[in-house]
Amino acid sequence: MKWTRRDLLIGLGGLPILGAVWWAGAASSVGSRKKRSEILEQLNIKPSLPPAVPGIGGEPVRIGVIGFGIRGEQLTRALGFATDEWKEEMRLAAEEDPNNKRLEDFESQEPLNVKLVGICDVFDVRAEKFINSFSTDDNKIKRYVTYKDMIQSGDVDAVVIATPDHWHAPMSIEALNNNVHVYVEKPMTHTVGETYTLREAAEKSDAVFAVGHQHRQTLSFSTARDIVEKGTLGHVSLIQTNTNRNDDNGAWNYDIHEKASPETIDWEQFLGSAPKVPFNKNHFFRWRKWWAYGSGLSGDLLTHDYDRLNCVLNMGIPTSVSASGGIYTHNDGRNVPDVIQVNMEFPDFSTGSSQTKGKEKGMTFCYSATLGNGFNRPTILMGHDATMELGNRLTVWPDSASTRYADMLEAEKMLPNVPIYQYDPAATATDAVSSATSQYFADKGLMWTYIDGVRVDSTFLHMREWLSVIKNGGNVSCGIKEGFDEAISAHMAGLSWKLGRKIEWDAPSQTLKPIEGIDFDQVLLANENWNIQPEMVG
Amino acid sequence: MNLNQNKLKASVTLLRIFIGWHFLFEGVVKMYNPEWTSFGYLATAQGPFDWFFAMLIGDATIGWVNTLNIIALMLVGFTFTLGIFERVGAIVGAGLLAMYFLAHPPFPGLTQMNVEGSYWIVNKNLIELVACIVIYQLPTGSYFGLDHLRKNKLKTQEQ
Repeated sequence: MKWTRRDLLIGLGGLPILGAVWWAGAASSVGSRKKRSEILEQLNIKPSLPPAVPGIGGEPVRIGVIGFGIRGEQLTRALGFATDEWKEEMRLAAEEDPNNKRLEDFESQEPLNVKLVGICDVFDVRAEKFINSFSTDDNKIKRYVTYKDMIQSGDVDAVVIATPDHWHAPMSIEALNNNVHVYVEKPMTHTVGETYTLREAAEKSDAVFAVGHQHRQTLSFSTARDIVEKGTLGHVSLIQTNTNRNDDNGAWNYDIHEKASPETIDWEQFLGSAPKVPFNKNHFFRWRKWWAYGSGLSGDLLTHDYDRLNCVLNMGIPTSVSASGGIYTHNDGRNVPDVIQVNMEFPDFSTGSSQTKGKEKGMTFCYSATLGNGFNRPTILMGHDATMELGNRLTVWPDSASTRYADMLEAEKMLPNVPIYQYDPAATATDAVSSATSQYFADKGLMWTYIDGVRVDSTFLHMREWLSVIKNGGNVSCGIKEGFDEAISAHMAGLSWKLGRKIEWDAPSQTLKPIEGIDFDQVLLANENWNIQPEMVG
Repeated sequence: MNLNQNKLKASVTLLRIFIGWHFLFEGVVKMYNPEWTSFGYLATAQGPFDWFFAMLIGDATIGWVNTLNIIALMLVGFTFTLGIFERVGAIVGAGLLAMYFLAHPPFPGLTQMNVEGSYWIVNKNLIELVACIVIYQLPTGSYFGLDHLRKNKLKTQEQ
């Protein structure tokens, strides 16, 4: 057995290659991990865990639902009750696309200790659908003709309000005055005046009041709060947040029910305080398109983005708001804009600074929306040290001119185009999103959150929190203070668009700075002719 | 002819070493990264065998799948770079590549996720798989590799 040197060269020639590849692989893996852990250690961000909610014990909470339209059905599902029609629709959807897990998700949802006892809907078809779906021999559900009948009946402990905007405050106030707990959809109110009345009612009442900003339950937002509080971003001077939708559903052109008629709809009650107009199916089903019942982009969608950020930053009501836009892609008789840009100024707000004290102060919140294009523009918080993209996922990039990260950038331990932090609780989940509108809400973290990689409906968590506070006391995450901030900010945006001028907030007196000759609520409610009329001025 | 044979052997040896290099690197990178998992790749599997890959991502199986994948990658890497038992390596390599290919086949009508380049039915996984077949058919370990020593040893003993 004799190997020549040539034999050995030929035989062992692969060994150095093996060694080199091994070394390179190990070095790149370990090196990048070390670099990452060094960055993470410095950032010290704690991904949030789901909030612990005390159980909803004792007798079930007796719930009355006011308004069983699209959102009313969703809220009722969050309470644990789905109509047979919806279950069938979802069963078929799951057959078509096995990734559609909405029925499965619903069925695995933890049951809440509630009892549906009443329904109030001015459209017979919806009220009947509610009763047919949820009424049982042991629990006969009662239909109430008016919300007052329901609230004053003494048979309901709590109401869920999912009506057009102009009904939110009157119903909430009535319930609170009768010590009936309230879960009301956003925007909390329809006028500036109502916002104060409702705040007073909520503060006086023993009942628990919650506004339906369900994203406050989204874990990525509580993680985002931690990121901001730790000064990761430095001083945030600009927030950009957007709405981009380009489909009928997104533009509020909902289906008109074939059975809708003056016989099946209590038109007078629908109108309530709104201007008296003859029966109009378009107004009834697509009420979001008119100021008389809805509040357009500023009340319907800006509120989501505003409260998402208010929940992360707690920046409160802006000092001033200016808005512009128009009806540019849906000239279908609506009077709310379908393109709007809202700039909210917070001149005294700061998220902290890594630079010389006093150098940085103030922030603009810029909301840009169109219902004529569906390109996804993410929400970004732009700080001196880093930029954060905020949604169900979070990504943080260092800024090339950052003061805080200057050393790490210099040493190339950080690179401006490489994220320093990423939070993706859905990394181990596969989702199917059914429509463009739900994709829009899902991307924003408005539909669900992820707990241990499992998708959980954030509305369910929001409802559960409200019910838990009803039984055990404590605070809801979106109560009257948060609702007040949201409503006033939205109304400022609506007013600014309608009047074409800047609307200012006087923080010490907690009021809007008056504009001579202008009644803000009159402007806000008016369907047209809100321009200053000669007789209105002086 | 002999000269051509040598050129062929040299080319196949280069092919073998480079494939080994690729597999070994993939294996080592994964081994040194405890957070690595094949979950995402398998969970997004498409095509006629998606049900099979969906079966692999259970809590009980995914750990085994990850470990076996690393072992298989390294086995191919070792045998190919060192030039010994490369036929075993070629079979394992072709098997792995077949799985990678079938999890995300570039078939018309399926969405291609996380791929660079454009493919129709044939992609780089499939080409590398065929290259593994070539390695199987033309072992070059005795031309350049540990097999050279083994063969020589046998020859010495026979003499």
